[in-house]
Amino acid sequence: MPEPNILLKNIGTPNSDQLDVYVENGGYRALKRILAELMPEEVVELVKKSGLRGRGGAGFPTGMKWQFCASDVKTPKYIICNADEGEPGTFKDRVLIEEDPHAILEGMAIAGYAIGSDQGIIYIRREYIYGAGKLQEAIEQARKQGCVGKNIFGSNFSFDIKVFLGAGAYICGEETALLDSIEGKAGRSRIKPPFPVNEGLWHRPTSVNNVETLCNIPHIILHGDKWYKSFGTSESPGTKIFSVSGHVNKPGNYELPMGVALEELIYEHAGGIRNENRFKAVLPGGASSPCLTSKYLSVPLDFDGLAAVGSMLGSGAVIVMDHTTCMVGAGLSIARFFEHESCGRCTPCREGTYWIVRLLERIMVGESQSGEIDLIVNLGLNMRATCFCPLGLAAQGAVLSFIGNFRDEFEGHIKEKCCPLRAY
Amino acid sequence: MQAIDLSKIDKILAGHQAEPGSLIPILQEVQLEYGYLPEEAIDYIADGLKISASKIYGVLTFYAQFHTQPQGKNLLRVCCGTACHVQGGEQILDHIKANLQLNANETTEDGKFTLQEVACLGCCGLAPVLVLNDEVHAKLTNEKIEEIINNAR
Repeated sequence: MPEPNILLKNIGTPNSDQLDVYVENGGYRALKRILAELMPEEVVELVKKSGLRGRGGAGFPTGMKWQFCASDVKTPKYIICNADEGEPGTFKDRVLIEEDPHAILEGMAIAGYAIGSDQGIIYIRREYIYGAGKLQEAIEQARKQGCVGKNIFGSNFSFDIKVFLGAGAYICGEETALLDSIEGKAGRSRIKPPFPVNEGLWHRPTSVNNVETLCNIPHIILHGDKWYKSFGTSESPGTKIFSVSGHVNKPGNYELPMGVALEELIYEHAGGIRNENRFKAVLPGGASSPCLTSKYLSVPLDFDGLAAVGSMLGSGAVIVMDHTTCMVGAGLSIARFFEHESCGRCTPCREGTYWIVRLLERIMVGESQSGEIDLIVNLGLNMRATCFCPLGLAAQGAVLSFIGNFRDEFEGHIKEKCCPLRAY
Repeated sequence: MQAIDLSKIDKILAGHQAEPGSLIPILQEVQLEYGYLPEEAIDYIADGLKISASKIYGVLTFYAQFHTQPQGKNLLRVCCGTACHVQGGEQILDHIKANLQLNANETTEDGKFTLQEVACLGCCGLAPVLVLNDEVHAKLTNEKIEEIINNAR
């Protein structure tokens, strides 16, 4: 299947981050069109009809989110672009930020018009400081040309955007923690409801949308919902940028229709497994997602297809592992990540992530006693049932799936007191 | 320790006066000025914003990128994300530790290098990676590491 090249169409064009180049390639036409031809409700309706679902991981229908925001009477309202791309294995937003920043600004301005907001904030992780500079430069160019700021293109609609630099915390990618971080606090998830669409930033209606989600918007406006739905599946329309990493010959970002088969992505687009090694497992949605083994190679990559086999699409971070990978070591690496990133507020996550690391470290060097593998499973299931926010749910998914699919490796470490694959 | 010039903080605070919730940008700018967040600076910010210093510590210790100790001239951040891990990131980290004789979150005695283990840096297609002073170095090997360290030394 050829790559549709919609979201990534400007990537690779020289100076694609510059306003004149963006405009030359059709940029800001969608924003101009809605200001001239469409009422805000019509924009919301169009996005609803397109079936676009949030690309940050949760897959919530974007049009619905906007409608909730638009119908709340409180003002001011906020559009927040979530550019805190932190899921291990994800690097799709980085390329859009660095090479197509105006597409993000245009998407945000259209969102602002749709919900009745005049203020946008891009929350970007500190690690993407280069991209933050690109966004800042793009905002200044767009202001000068009247594409953002006061009275956009001479209309009554004003919408300004600023960049907020994060300070290093994975949890701030979760929308309510992100809001707390902008408010100057430690980023800890809020209880829901109320949802941000009603009680968001400073308790005002707020739509938090992922970078890739926003980049879809101008295309939907220009080409319509029918065109958009001609890509992907009925429940997950459109294309998706998959970040493929790990043991493939050609790691990188690939834009493909939602629902593309896992094996097509890995073998046709990402060049197959390195050194002609054997495929072992894949994390289809980053470090938060349960792994899939070779019997699931034909699974369609979309929100529902992956949920049906007990995993998740997440942000589309496909981490491929070949037969040389030690699953205990990989599990420990992921467990350490979540231990570090747990905010510490709720007990099951704070203690659960801590003890999963300690138990895996014992297995790694063969100090474990029998029953400790099951103890990890037990801990994970408890976390799944009781953690306060999505981080706690994510923290055990990969490790439990490694144990579920490769239990003999965990037992082998204990029996042989070293790695049975000799990876360590 | 040398006393620090706190007057620079006045300017930073004045720049954010009208904004609610500006604590994180203020801490970022102060850290940029001094290279870290000295205790005196934190007390001074607390006075300026009329909040307690403990509240500021609560925020700054939550985020990975604030430091309360001086950092080395070169900040080496080694990615420990999942994609880097499966591409041999751990061996890369061990090699750096041995080369600099340093553990994570330590600074060399000559003040030239600080080593950090960090979560995914978002360049997984180039794994394993490290970031030296905001510059990404990709597809690392032991030879490349030695070159990077020698060039920065």
